[in-house]
Amino acid sequence: MEMNEKSTSRREFLTAGLLAGGLAVVAGCSSKKSPFDPDTVDQVAASGEKVKLLSVDGEIIEVDKAFLKPVPDLPQVSNEAARIGIPGKKFAMVIDLSRCKSLKKCQSACNHMHHIHPGQNWIKVYPMQDAEHTSPYWQPTTCMHCDEPPCVKVCPVDATFKRQDGIVLIDSDRCIGCRFCMAACPYSTRVFNWEEPGLTKEIADKPYSCETSVPQKKGTVGKCDFCPDMVRKGSLPHCVAACPNGVFFFGDMLEDSVTNGSETFRFSDLIKDKAGYRLMEDLGTKPSVYYLPPVNRNFPFEKHDEEDSTENKSKSKS
Amino acid sequence: MENLEKEQIVQDLLPQEFGKQGKIWVACLIALCLIGFAAYCHQLSKGLVVTAMRDYASWGIYISNFVFFVAISLVGSLITAVLRLTDVHWSTPLTRIAEIIAVSAITFASIIIVVDMGRPDRFYNLFLHGRLQSPIVWDVIVITTYFFISLLLLYFPLLPDLKIMLKYKERTSKWMYKLYSFLGSFWKDKPEQFKITDKAINILSITIIPVAFSIHTVTSWLFATTYRPGWDSTNFGAYFISGAFLVGSGGVLVAMYVFRSHYNLKKYITYDHFDKMGKVVVMLALLYLYFNVNEFLVPAFKMKKPEEEHLRGLFTGEFAPIFWFAITTSMLLPILILVTKKGRRPFPAFIAGILVVIGSWFKRYIIVTPTLLHPFLPMRDVPANYHHYFPTWEEWAICIGSLAGALLVITFFARIFPIIPIHETITETEEHEHDKK
Repeated sequence: MEMNEKSTSRREFLTAGLLAGGLAVVAGCSSKKSPFDPDTVDQVAASGEKVKLLSVDGEIIEVDKAFLKPVPDLPQVSNEAARIGIPGKKFAMVIDLSRCKSLKKCQSACNHMHHIHPGQNWIKVYPMQDAEHTSPYWQPTTCMHCDEPPCVKVCPVDATFKRQDGIVLIDSDRCIGCRFCMAACPYSTRVFNWEEPGLTKEIADKPYSCETSVPQKKGTVGKCDFCPDMVRKGSLPHCVAACPNGVFFFGDMLEDSVTNGSETFRFSDLIKDKAGYRLMEDLGTKPSVYYLPPVNRNFPFEKHDEEDSTENKSKSKS
Repeated sequence: MENLEKEQIVQDLLPQEFGKQGKIWVACLIALCLIGFAAYCHQLSKGLVVTAMRDYASWGIYISNFVFFVAISLVGSLITAVLRLTDVHWSTPLTRIAEIIAVSAITFASIIIVVDMGRPDRFYNLFLHGRLQSPIVWDVIVITTYFFISLLLLYFPLLPDLKIMLKYKERTSKWMYKLYSFLGSFWKDKPEQFKITDKAINILSITIIPVAFSIHTVTSWLFATTYRPGWDSTNFGAYFISGAFLVGSGGVLVAMYVFRSHYNLKKYITYDHFDKMGKVVVMLALLYLYFNVNEFLVPAFKMKKPEEEHLRGLFTGEFAPIFWFAITTSMLLPILILVTKKGRRPFPAFIAGILVVIGSWFKRYIIVTPTLLHPFLPMRDVPANYHHYFPTWEEWAICIGSLAGALLVITFFARIFPIIPIHETITETEEHEHDKK
């Protein structure tokens, strides 16, 4: 219940954001003409309710709310371009295990922005203990965006593919739902849309792009996409931005720099100085996600029962 | 004298109308198919959420049923091709039984794989965007090839029989007569025609062996090309092929018994056939047992960390009852029954065949799902019901419906065509007589 309330309020927030986007467009064209559909704008009767907004000239102007129209969130790039990737880049992530206390802000931001089916997660945070007498630690996992991706090898229709910039994506318009990639992935990062994802009409009607992975589609596979839509805009992936402890670093290996938003490191130095490693190196998958070992930790390892409670919740739901 | 005998053979072997039992049998099978179809319609509208499959157990009994169908279809190549090429003649009356099992099983294997797809509406993508490095595409190619070769191996030996059936117009209904003349009116029993079909059958018998090995090896590679404990095995191709020959031969034992008692074919499917087929099953069960020992004992000796959880689950844990049931019913009990001469009489052999088939179905389940429930990283951040798998009624209904469908195809085939080759039986009796003289 609590979750639902939260998500509605988020949706409202998002709608407001879209409206604001619409405002910017109307304000941008000083003539009354809307670039989208001038006729209907003219026909709309003024509601009397005024909204203040900032024009491009820096002046505050008032516009009738009825003249505002949400801007359709068009995909930034064509499917062909999305399959090629961002030229001259090789994206990588560094996850610093010494900073993680399993707050799961990464997970909730990711779930929210990608409208993932409740109960499923693209980011998982594992309590790990390698051996009986070794120290436990939290290990968040995303898609590893392997350079030798086992999922891409087995896909019969090229629905999941490796781009030039190192990102592994899924084209949900092509996926046939055979789930071979899920069996092939040793990191268990892939999830399947077993039913119609319960999306609002607004989200469901969004034009699909494999860079946003929104909207998810029934009968197809989904997974962490490294948020290439954000990266194209020059922003960080949602998990990186959402983590208050700066666990996630994202960057371009060709630039040799990674950042968590507030700190920026030279990638090669960080890996060298902190003895970075990758998961299941022996499988030869060559992940793009590196881990820094949980030494000199910021937090002690405390296993909270939050996991069990969410599990019970979803169990009682179903 | 000779003519009379020939007449008798034809009369015995011509297809017979369904009796009361037959009608009940067909009605039950049709009902099961319809229930399965209704369950599939339900799945189509709701999505795969109606199954018990979830992100960890992402393949369930649809896939194990698929592997079962592919496995049982391999018997066509064993009986028709391997035994033909090695000049074994006792199996002649069994060739058509084996071949129709192959054709119907491979048909339903393709159907059940579509049932497992999340987006069956995009099946065409396999042809639009198919990528040759995916084992699924290999499977599509070899299964299609196997289907057509099996169909031809069913059809060519049928041609002389079609001519015989066309002669007995009074025994056939109108539409069947039309079907026979459509399929075989060009056949004139000319020596040149025999020469061509013999040659064609020989070529097909040779080609079907690598293709048959391919279909099941590639099917095993759907698992063995992944990293998962329990699947990551170089033993898998041979392990699957030996298991496939075993379940197919078990299926033939069952079919032999049913056709023999139902159609009164005691003269044609004799004790000798059960004896020989029983010995074949013992040999194949021992072979499969050997590969099982390799598959489980070697990793269990080492108990590598990722394998350990999986193996413990099979030997003593969650899956132990099904695991030991499958091993016992598909291999140990049939070996014990069929190794004795008494056990190779028709009825005990029939029971052994049933055990093989049922045990093998569960064996396929043991191969598919337990591995998926033992991933490298522990199961995490998923609802509690994602941790286990027990098929829903929709899955059972669809799987049972598909099995019923395969039996229905075999049943109708035996209604329309002679299940024991008439022409070949006549020639072999004649040759036999000739040898005696």
